[in-house]
Formats: sequence, C-alpha cells, structure tokens
Amino acid sequence: MKVLVPIKRVVDYGALFVHSLSNADPVLAHNTTHNTTTAVKIRVVNGKVDTGSVKHSMNPFCEIAVEQAIRLKEAKAATSVSAVSIGSSKAHEVLRTALAMGADSALHVDVGEAEALPLHRTLTLSRQKVAKCLKAVVDKEKPDLVILGKQAIDDDANQTGQMLAGLLGWPQATFASKVEVSADKKKITVVREIDGGLETVVVNTPAIITTDLRLNEPRYATLPNIMKAKKKPLEKLTPKDLGVNFVGKLETISVAEPPKRSGGVKVETVDELIAKLKEKGVIA
Amino acid sequence: MFRFSRIHSALSSKRFASTLVVVEHKNGKIASSTLNAITAAGRAVAKEVASVAGVAKVVAVSDAAFDHGAAEAFAPLVAATVAAGQFSHVVAAASAFGKNFVPRTAALLDVSPISDVIEVKSEDTFVRPIYAGACLALFYHCQYPPPPHGKRDRHCKSSDKVKLLTVRSSAFAPAATTGGSATTEAGPKVEIKNSSEWISEEIVKSDRPELGSAKIVISGGRGLKNGDNFKMLYDLADKVGGAVGASRAAVDAGFVNNDLQIGQTGKIVAPQLYVAVGISGAIQHLAGMKDSKVIVSINKDPEAPIFQVSDFGLVGDLFKIIPELTEKIKK
Repeated sequence: MKVLVPIKRVVDYGALFVHSLSNADPVLAHNTTHNTTTAVKIRVVNGKVDTGSVKHSMNPFCEIAVEQAIRLKEAKAATSVSAVSIGSSKAHEVLRTALAMGADSALHVDVGEAEALPLHRTLTLSRQKVAKCLKAVVDKEKPDLVILGKQAIDDDANQTGQMLAGLLGWPQATFASKVEVSADKKKITVVREIDGGLETVVVNTPAIITTDLRLNEPRYATLPNIMKAKKKPLEKLTPKDLGVNFVGKLETISVAEPPKRSGGVKVETVDELIAKLKEKGVIA
Repeated sequence: MFRFSRIHSALSSKRFASTLVVVEHKNGKIASSTLNAITAAGRAVAKEVASVAGVAKVVAVSDAAFDHGAAEAFAPLVAATVAAGQFSHVVAAASAFGKNFVPRTAALLDVSPISDVIEVKSEDTFVRPIYAGACLALFYHCQYPPPPHGKRDRHCKSSDKVKLLTVRSSAFAPAATTGGSATTEAGPKVEIKNSSEWISEEIVKSDRPELGSAKIVISGGRGLKNGDNFKMLYDLADKVGGAVGASRAAVDAGFVNNDLQIGQTGKIVAPQLYVAVGISGAIQHLAGMKDSKVIVSINKDPEAPIFQVSDFGLVGDLFKIIPELTEKIKK
C-alpha cells in the first residue's frame, strides 16, 4: 500500500503564542525552538498578513499525518511513504523534515512566490487549487491512501482533504484519532473525533484520512536522519507540469486585526468577584 | 434521516437569491447550531432584509444512507439538490458534520467553500477568522481578474454559481423555532457509492447544557492537575446551570474527553460568562472563547496571558477559590 502525505509550510505554531511556550504542548512544540520570552506575533500590515519575519515550520497536523504514515510503514501496512508540498520555493524545507522523519521520497509543486503568499490581496493559493493540484499528484503517484492534516493553522480552513476526496470520489475519514489497517490492506478502521464524542467508521481503500491532534505524537528528526534525508529523492514540478489550471474564484479583500479586548481588573477576593459579576448581570 | 431547508427572500435588486440550509439533527432533534446557520442564511440572501427570513420550504430526504451524516452520502445529495433547486447559497453549521461534508460538496460543484463565517457582509462577501482568530479575513467571490476594490461592476458576478459556507454558530443568534410555515417536498434521488461504513459511536452523556449554547461555561486547564479535580468545576457548573469545557492541555493529559476541548481546533464558544480556571491562555485557546461577553480568569500566575483578555482576574490557588466560589455563588 502506497501512502501519500500532503504537507504545508506555515507560520510556526509558536508564533501564534501570546507570550511563552512554557505551558505549551510538547507535541506541537516539538521540532522547534522558541524564544520563550517574546514570541513573534502575527501582524496585519496594510490589509495583509505580515509573515515575513516569522519563523515557519511544518503545520502541526501535517506532522501528525507524516508520523501516521511512517507508523503504517513500520507496521508493514504501507510499502512506501511519499510527501508532497504545494507552495513557494521554501516549501522544500518541510519536505526535508518529512524525509528526515522517515518518508521515502518527496515531491515539491512550486507555485512561485506570489501565488504562495498567504492571504495576499490578489488571488491566493486556495484550497480548491491545492486540492486540484493534489488530485493531479494522486493521478501521477497512484497511492492507495492519502493522509492529510485536518487543517492548516494559518488559514484554518479544514477543507483540503474533503475536497480531494470529493474530486477523486474516494471515501473520507476526517478528524482521525485512531487508524487501523486490515490484514488485506483493503479496509481501514478509523476512530473520528466528532461533536459529543467519538465515532468509528470503516473505509475501503483507496481512501482519504485527515488527522486530528490525538492520533499520535510525532517523532523528532534525529541528526543522522536529517543527514540521510539529504540523499533522498525530492522531485520538483510546477502546476503547469501537472496540467492544473488555476482559475481563482475567491479574493481576499482585506485582512484586519480583530477587535481587541481591553484588559480588565484584578479582584482580590471571591466576594468581590461575585459582586462584579452581579454588576455585569451575568449571574443572579 | 436528514432534512434540508430552503430559504427564499426577495431582494430589492429584483434578483432572487435562495439559500439551502443543511439541517443537522440527531435522535429526532435539530442541532441548535443549525438554528444559528438559518440566521446567517437570512443575512446571506439579502442585506436589505432586516429581520431573518423564515424557512420557505423543507426538502426532506429519508434514507438509511443518511443516518450518520456520512459525507460520501451528503455531498452528492446536496450537490443534486443544488442542481435541481437553483440555490445561490448552501449554508451549514461549522460543526464536525458541516466541516466534514461541505468541502466535499464544493469539490463536486467545483466551487471554493468558505469555512467558519462569522459575518455576512453581502451575498458574496464574508468575514472569517484566520491564524487562530489573530486576524480576520474578508473574502469575496469574483471572476478573475477581480475589479479594483470598491468598484464592483455588475458584470463581475461571482463565477461560483453557488456559495458554500459553514458558519460559526457562536457568531449568529439562533433563529426562532416557531412562526415559520414552510412547505415540505421530497428531495432528489441520488446514487450513493458505498465506500465507507459506519460502525459505532461513543457519545459522552451529560445532563449539563451543550457547550456551544450554554450561557455559562466553566473551563479547566493544566492547573487542575488531574481528572478527579475536574469534579470541582462540575460542581460549580451545576450550581449555576453551566457547561464544562477544557483547554487542549487538559484533554491531552487525559483529564477529560476530547469533546470538551475549547480552542482553535476544538469548539468555539461565546457564552455570557466564561470562567477560565488554571488556563494560561495560549492564543489557540483564546481563539475558542475570546468573544464571550464576560471572561473571568482564576490562575496562580499573575503573568498568565489569560489575564490580558479577562474582564476580571483573580490571582490565587484555584483549589481554594473554586470551592469558595461554588459555596458563595447563587443558583
């Protein structure tokens, strides 16, 4: 069974933090080194998101997807794992990370800088285009299983896996927190995180799975593996090579910072807190 | 069995937009989030319509294939319904169900879906949060190349014949459950490829109000230290008729179930009162609760970032404060 893992290079999770990572989750803090006193905040400049000075890394949900694919290979359920990333020339960085984690080969669909600028005022690389690109990659690579993250932490769309499944006509098991492949590799049992609890579904291969946070804990890329990854194949293509026509239908008019909440007051006692809440009318 | 509702609303510009709201329900009860979606749809069809348009028509489809909300069944059905009904918009709540089937439907219709809409500016302009709510993006459907901003000419209508949206429930008031008088008709027959099979579910039973619609939410983080200590929060929640939520750290540490997680990748809530107990306030958590009317934080670290967004902060030991609060607060 061949597994394809689409991954995305995004603003580092740590850059989204208000101040420090001291309480952060080790899973997502992994593979990164953060300045624990002053994390860079995302800024909005002239109606665009300014990510220029911010550290980038692999989207956390994509790391989980790569980890899951490698675990399937280690369990002999998968024969090979290839990673693909669609984005600017810098996307090869996250592909090298995936190779260092254990992927066998990588494919970089280079869309140029302008296309890849997140939420630029002109047309951007929408999920629709990414899904079409991925469909072309799937047609080329012919995997039996595609594992994606459930969402990218920059655009928060939560669409690509579902759209790809729709384009391919494959079954989808989204928000996976457990994945088990049957002995004959024809069926995959997936536990999904849904509102109110968990749900178990079985999908026939070829299939699409998107990962939730609790599926696994991604491994670190060790130094020897990072060195080895440099020798693994990394193919470069353009959307044109794949015959994908990019016609945009969504334009970002502007990006603004949300209204700020003003900091409130510190109270000294429980009695004072209750009095304040009564004043506000939120408790009787 | 799932149902669709269709909302009609005359536009002053003599066009006629119609919206299909996909209704989520379980055990014969409509999910409350769908009522918020109906409100959003009322705004989508006409900014001139001041009050929310009611449901004009219900398209009912009943088949075992739709029992568990499988996207493989819903996407072709909604796509066929859109094709038959000439809808301009399809709206569903940004719940696990909506997020699962809407993008697949969009792929079948070859349009770009828009996730987690928090504001409808006009029938082709929507606002949604990005970067864990650190920024708000304004989207707009248009043929390429787009006109200069502010100069929309009428020939530049959306090339997407239909806009597919999921809407954030906490951003819209629920539609009234009475007063409508919709007609019901049968939906289209679609052939469903049986490539996935539903096996079972484990739904967490709770007598407390649903997180998404609770007026008061008491939320616990890593500071609770273990799952047993969450009982303190349940006691407080029960006293005030609230729901209990959790930070991702608390869920990952196994203190509580994943369905309680509030944040960027969990549930988004906007109650009247949000009490954050032992939660430091990473932006990923704030993304899920910063639109609450009043935020209270209880944390022993005076430097915790949660205090920056809190209306009232109390620095101290939650193990002393919570029992005292539970004792002193009125039902």
